[in-house]
Amino acid sequence: MKTFYKKFSEKFIEGLLLLSSTITTLTVLLIVVFLFKEGLGVFNQKPVEEGFVIALNKQNPVNKLSSAQLKNIFDQNITNWIEVGGKKDSIILFRMEDITNYYSEEQIGEQYENLPQCISKVVDSLPNIIAFFSTKYLDKNFQGKQLDIDKISFKEFFSGKEWFPTAQPSAQLGVLPLILGTLWVSLGAILLALPLGLAAAIYMSEIANENVRKIMKPLIELLAGIPSVVYGFFGLVIIVPLIQKTFDLPVGETGLAGSIVLGIMALPTIITISEDAMRNTPRAMKEASLALGASKWQTIYKVVVPYSISGITAGAILGIGRAIGETMAVLMVTGNAAVIPHTILEPVRTIPATIAAELGEASNGGLHYKALFALGCILFIITLIINLTVEYISNRKKYNNR
Amino acid sequence: MKSKVLIIALSLYTGVSIAQKLKGSDTVLPLAQKEAESYLKVNKANKVTVTGGGSGVGLAALVDGTTDIAMSSRKIKMSEKIKLQDAGKASKEIIVAYDALAVIVNPSNKVAQLTREQLEGIFTGKIKNWKEVGGDDLQIVVYSRESSSGTYEFFKEHVLKNKNYASSVLSMPATGAIVQSISQTKGAIGYVGLAYVEKEIKTVKVSYDKGKTYVAPSMASAKDKSYPVVRPLYYYYLTTMEKSVKPFVDFCLSPEGQKIVEQVGYVPLTK
Repeated sequence: MKTFYKKFSEKFIEGLLLLSSTITTLTVLLIVVFLFKEGLGVFNQKPVEEGFVIALNKQNPVNKLSSAQLKNIFDQNITNWIEVGGKKDSIILFRMEDITNYYSEEQIGEQYENLPQCISKVVDSLPNIIAFFSTKYLDKNFQGKQLDIDKISFKEFFSGKEWFPTAQPSAQLGVLPLILGTLWVSLGAILLALPLGLAAAIYMSEIANENVRKIMKPLIELLAGIPSVVYGFFGLVIIVPLIQKTFDLPVGETGLAGSIVLGIMALPTIITISEDAMRNTPRAMKEASLALGASKWQTIYKVVVPYSISGITAGAILGIGRAIGETMAVLMVTGNAAVIPHTILEPVRTIPATIAAELGEASNGGLHYKALFALGCILFIITLIINLTVEYISNRKKYNNR
Repeated sequence: MKSKVLIIALSLYTGVSIAQKLKGSDTVLPLAQKEAESYLKVNKANKVTVTGGGSGVGLAALVDGTTDIAMSSRKIKMSEKIKLQDAGKASKEIIVAYDALAVIVNPSNKVAQLTREQLEGIFTGKIKNWKEVGGDDLQIVVYSRESSSGTYEFFKEHVLKNKNYASSVLSMPATGAIVQSISQTKGAIGYVGLAYVEKEIKTVKVSYDKGKTYVAPSMASAKDKSYPVVRPLYYYYLTTMEKSVKPFVDFCLSPEGQKIVEQVGYVPLTK
């Protein structure tokens, strides 16, 4: 009876463990599926907001305009039809509120009941007009030509250089500056943090005496407990003006500021994990090396570091992971201008900062919302690639050592 | 700052009580909180919960029916209106207060006034140096709010006449960060709500009539409507819910409620 009971309880605990790991896996899968489902939805959408039409006069030979052309037309950077393949004639812009320039309020009607006919007449009477208005005011026998707009394409999305998700009439969703910004800042952060972190870890595990270590380790771990907003504010108030003065820049909010703040944030992870790994080097191995006449430094880089390389890479991955996904601190110090950075001393905009700053105000399920989820997918893939690469490298290293 | 759930008041009174949820714009949030606090002092039997998250979040919640009043710092978008219509609902729009936007620069900048056309040039990237508008030979660094913020939309619509900002514009997550950055960057320019104007930054007089008259932003000039860059702040609620939200909305529009508007730093409605 007793053994049965014991067996039963063992089985029960086993079941519980299985259940919790299944739930965790399912949750992760569910989140990934949700992310990709929402994110890929962006390619089913047109850049023009739902419920709006863009119309031309029916005599206009132009049949198609790209999203970028639309933006430039409505920003008055393109002012002649010849630039987009039409006749040589200046472009007249028309938005709904401009109707009062053409018709009096009585003609439009108190409840805007005549607005559809008025818009139709305006578009019909001006051969070089481009009109942007709500489908609600689209007349049944509309005299103009409704412009056909392509859905957002993969190519446009990944190679576009402009990020104006809320631009009207046509949203600009080019994620290239955001991807480059993210990689730029993370690369800078890891270049700063990795040597510094490794040096500190080696010092603490191999060189420092016990008393120094006892003070330093908790202090470094304390760094990990500081909320990222605090880092961000510290960066904005201290690091940003410092960079501005040092490099004599017009503006201090740059990729470098982000890299420094992220580097500091990644330090505790890198130091603690690689230090733990190094301390796990068997005493016998170290003593054998010293007994063979190797100096302390030779022992460190010939024995300790190679032995603990998997731990060090793990620390580095987690450090990079934190750098790439970090939101709040970067949001505050990098300036968030969506331009392709040429040096690290320019403002950049990262993917996590974009998602954090914009998701709250994007209308649920709309184009902007889906574009932000697509950004989340890109971030997910970047992190996945990094993890897989590092895993591959560290596995190969182990194999070589055997 | 966002998505922080702030339950300000949960009255413990039992019996007949009307519960109300407000959700949305972080700009309207401090005002709605203060209004709710004072309202609950008088109407102890009611419950009012105010949460932030952004105008878009509030209006989406209105469609889903998870909030009674959506707070918004921008007008409802066509797509959101269509969604309400699809769900068979209609919303009512109430303006609860106005917010004046001040154009601010670093105190060391000697430019004291700008026309709307100059502002448009600066924010769309056509004017790049302060000497083009009568200042020192210094590159202009433009700060703006995030593209999702209602402030960004309003400024784009009214000052830039619907043109897009330049790509090189730096966008900051919060108004406080704009003030901080402008106070430490010499060539900086940006815009903030009147309530955020501090002595570390300098406000610029603005002209909407091509330079004939320049008006400095202040509570007085916003009240008498001589200052042009003023935007409304909205409540949206479903017409079917009118009965239950009316007492609170009426309180916000009452003289007592409008006094709170001024305390929070916004501009009260004028009759």
